Amino acid sequence: MSFYDVIHSYNWNEIQKEIGRRTVEDVERALAARTPGLDDLMSLLSPQAEPFLEQMAQRAHRLTLQRFGRVMGMFAPLYLSNVCTNRCVYCGFNAGNAITRLTLTPEEAGTEGESLRRMGFRTVLLLSGEAPQVITEEYLKRVLERLRPRFSSIGIEMFPMAEKRYRELIGQGVDGLTLFQETYDETSYGEFHPGGRKCDYRWRLEAPERGGAAGFRRLGIGALLGLNDWRVEGFYVALHASHLLKTCWKSQLAVSFPRLRSSAGAYEPRFPVADRHLVQLICALRLFLPDVGFTLSTRELAPLRDCLIPLGITTMSAGSHTEPGGYSRPGKGGAQFEVADGRSPGAVAEALRRTGYEPVWKEWDAASAFA
Amino acid sequence: MKTKIKADDPLIIAGRSFGSRLLLGTGKFSSARVMKSALKASGTEIVTVALRRVELDNARDSILSAVDVGRYLLLPNTSGARNAEEAVRLARLARAAGCEPWIKLEVTPDPHYLLPDPIETLKAAEILVREGFTVLPYINADPVLAKRLEEVGTATVMPLGSPIGSNRGLKTRELIEIIIEKARVPVVVDAGLGAPSHAAEAMEMGADAVLVNTAVAVAGDPVAMARAFKKGVEAGREAFLAGLGSPRKTAEASSPLTGFLR
Repeated sequence: MSFYDVIHSYNWNEIQKEIGRRTVEDVERALAARTPGLDDLMSLLSPQAEPFLEQMAQRAHRLTLQRFGRVMGMFAPLYLSNVCTNRCVYCGFNAGNAITRLTLTPEEAGTEGESLRRMGFRTVLLLSGEAPQVITEEYLKRVLERLRPRFSSIGIEMFPMAEKRYRELIGQGVDGLTLFQETYDETSYGEFHPGGRKCDYRWRLEAPERGGAAGFRRLGIGALLGLNDWRVEGFYVALHASHLLKTCWKSQLAVSFPRLRSSAGAYEPRFPVADRHLVQLICALRLFLPDVGFTLSTRELAPLRDCLIPLGITTMSAGSHTEPGGYSRPGKGGAQFEVADGRSPGAVAEALRRTGYEPVWKEWDAASAFA
Repeated sequence: MKTKIKADDPLIIAGRSFGSRLLLGTGKFSSARVMKSALKASGTEIVTVALRRVELDNARDSILSAVDVGRYLLLPNTSGARNAEEAVRLARLARAAGCEPWIKLEVTPDPHYLLPDPIETLKAAEILVREGFTVLPYINADPVLAKRLEEVGTATVMPLGSPIGSNRGLKTRELIEIIIEKARVPVVVDAGLGAPSHAAEAMEMGADAVLVNTAVAVAGDPVAMARAFKKGVEAGREAFLAGLGSPRKTAEASSPLTGFLR
């Protein structure tokens, strides 16, 4: 049974109503549970849980500390191309946006990688728009040949692919797959993704389990916060995570919390998520998923990022550029979104140390898996 | 018969003698400086390091540069390996980089509970022993697996007390007792020990040593906690050597049923 089948046994509107019906007593019961279940999670995501935020934060902190320690995994995104055939209404790379389109040559990708390596990064996340005619198999192979010697761990965040293709990429040195569903609500998914291959909700939804079956060591999922009611979205992210923990039991799972920011298309989020609600979401999910990694990008402002560190975040990016070539030649191509935390990786590392956390640049040695 | 208390009571692994029976891990610490002070306070002589975390070719690596190899045996571990093949490769990388051929073997296909895979662990142990490594395998508390590993030539067995990082103590007590009873190699209780009392309990049972990481690294004061574990281990060992009375569930009156026989 794939997650597509699982998700069909739940109804978005019903979940929304159920969360709205939760009482203070439900929240208290959820907080008393040793291992909160899906039912408890709905209570923790509800408006009635808001007065309990500090209590939830304390518990989220303790759980994260015990499971992950006083360390923070560091990674950097490397944008290979902003060419895209999709028309996602909220994205700077939308095919209809008038931005400078750019695809790095494999040599340029190597130069970008070298810049990141010099900043201290050993874990890199490769990104692109959905442009299979540009991001070809041969192209990626040549990019990976240049990046493999420079990084101990390489992830991809691209368009969904077939299991066979994922296997090939693993053979070429990729160990992580990140793919956000954007929204788990199938109806509005269609409205947000009116053109391009991304229209196919199911192909995207099932990609993480195809990745798990192919053998990725790390899987990352998430919803784009701002598209829909975050409380319901949070429930579905947790449901997806539970499914992956059972089906892809050998992959380390991570959940990201990308909050929509202004981009070239000037999209205004339909359901803006306030800071305190972002905190509630992170804490509720941590209580439900104590062993899952939580990722925070530079979409958030530095002061907020620093405060979120102890609440459950386990990996973060730093010094990011979301335009291709941004590390060696900033500002040439159009960016996917505006970075809010513009501090250098060194400055972020320093902030972590001040908060009592050790930045960890290397968490896996691909040399042991890659002959 | 009671074991005599010896002033000199070293832990011997693969012919090498250690004064401390507490092994310490290096993960989860807030900084290399705190870790270094905790190692010192614990009195440990064996320090494990995750190969996946360190850069063996980088002399300034934050963990490696904080562990004084003149003072501690640096015991690299294969954490993160999901199968025998990956674990063997990690071990070879460490030896090629100049580490001593000692390896703490961890094969954990499930990255969330980090429970060890018995089949792959045995497979990797066979290969590594054959290649001349001194192998210290992390295992579930499985007495038969412990014997099988001993037979292929591992230097210790390291059964878990409860899932790693869980701080829940000796949940596998009954099985660890059997492992200790049968073992001809040192038994090091690894994983799940959350308090010095847990460490003392393992030592009182007759474990040869314990390994601790999370409980020290994430304590409010890791240095003080390291010191507390040192005392817990020493107290437990001393109690074991002194010969503990067996615990009784009820108070025992003096011969209420057989007194007439006198």
